[in-house]
Amino acid sequence: MASEAKTNVIDPLVDNNPITLQVLGICSALAVTTNMMSSLIMCIALTTVCAFSGMFISAIRKHIPSNIRIIVQMTIIASLVIIVDQVLKAYAYEASKQLSVFVGLIITNCIVLGRAEAYAMKNPPMLSFLDGIGNGLGYSLILMGVAFFRELLGAGKLFGHQVIPVANEGGWYVPNGLMLLPPSAFFVIGLMIWAIRTWKKEQVEKPDYQIHQVHRTEVL
Amino acid sequence: MADSSKKKGLLGGLLALPNDDPKKTLFIAVMLCLVCSILVSTAAVSLKPIQTSNKKTDIKRNILAVTGQSNKAGSVDELFEQFDVRLVDLSEGNYADTDIDPVSYDQRKASADPQMSVKLTGDQNIAGIGSRAKMAPVYLLTEGDTIKQVVLPVHGYGLWSTLYGFLSLEGDFNTIKGLRFYEHAETPGLGGEVDNPKWRSQWEGKKVFDEDGNVEIRVIRGHVGKDTPEAEHKVDGLSGATLTSNGVTNLLQYWLGDHGFGPYLKNMRSELGK
Repeated sequence: MASEAKTNVIDPLVDNNPITLQVLGICSALAVTTNMMSSLIMCIALTTVCAFSGMFISAIRKHIPSNIRIIVQMTIIASLVIIVDQVLKAYAYEASKQLSVFVGLIITNCIVLGRAEAYAMKNPPMLSFLDGIGNGLGYSLILMGVAFFRELLGAGKLFGHQVIPVANEGGWYVPNGLMLLPPSAFFVIGLMIWAIRTWKKEQVEKPDYQIHQVHRTEVL
Repeated sequence: MADSSKKKGLLGGLLALPNDDPKKTLFIAVMLCLVCSILVSTAAVSLKPIQTSNKKTDIKRNILAVTGQSNKAGSVDELFEQFDVRLVDLSEGNYADTDIDPVSYDQRKASADPQMSVKLTGDQNIAGIGSRAKMAPVYLLTEGDTIKQVVLPVHGYGLWSTLYGFLSLEGDFNTIKGLRFYEHAETPGLGGEVDNPKWRSQWEGKKVFDEDGNVEIRVIRGHVGKDTPEAEHKVDGLSGATLTSNGVTNLLQYWLGDHGFGPYLKNMRSELGK
């Protein structure tokens, strides 16, 4: 039990990361990573929702009728997201204005529903809670990494503080505008997946098909 | 089944049913909705006061920003103290004679109240707002007896939503100091670019009226270059957001025109001429 709890939290960080291995939750990873502050708030919001939705769904899992189970899961997730959104509007108004619609879109984040369906429906509440925390942290790790590069290279800032003097304020660094646009997150995530799979060879998928060398004569 | 429901009561009986039983399905669905809706509404109601005060501070912060005061030292509330808030009777064009406290006056509520608003006819309603409050607040930044800047609240329909914002005019009641929207739901990246600092910065120095006193300020399609005729009245369009750009033009034309702040601005300008 104790070891399973530990793997639930540690495993999704790198070995079973929801973004780089399962390639889930990419949409918000593209949208909110232009600066580290909004990514951090998004990560906290997602981890909270993921952990508590896992716990609540797991607590009533034996009574969820299988034909409405997705709706039940969505209702729980959606309620939690609305509560998180309301709390943000009250205590982190500026950040919630920046994140605008993306907090609401946690409802459709594949990680949350994926963990509910794959783990919380079959495991006890405490373990599901930890599984949610682990996956939330795995998501956060990648998001913060992407945001680090995007904010640093795109605006010369970290958490809103200027670290590289940019050219239009008299410094030497000309910010890379592409880093502030969504496609750059694709590149950064792609490079991260490459790096992780070079480090952890077992994550490399087997090719779906093999290209054979075909001789001209065989075709003709 | 009947036996077990007697032993455990109604609730236990329902829970003991097999999961795919229609009665249980219905029961679980209703209970879940009930619990979730109670949680959501509790959160919404209990956090409401903090959210409203956040919104008010945000509006003040926007007024400070549109007048270029936000980089000064001091809290938002302190800085806001330097503004003189007055209520303007829009159709008369002078300061309203009323007991209503201008700071707590809610123009949005008043627009919805038939007693405190006027319905707009089709050709008046260019900003798509339907009805407008009889009175609107203005925020005056004064130095001694002269008005340095005046901030006018404006709103109007874009593509998806009503844009709410502030327009700041210099003491001549003609030169724009800034335009900022604090609430809208336009498409992020397209119409949402009304929040883009680069686009916003173009407004500074533009003139609202031509020599005959017509409202000429507008957002055009494409780029305003050096050779554009009457460039002082024109601002670059937002690419990919024609309807939002038109919405901004319309709401400015409306609020600076005869049915908005037009009469007030006319009075103030003729006073300046004396």
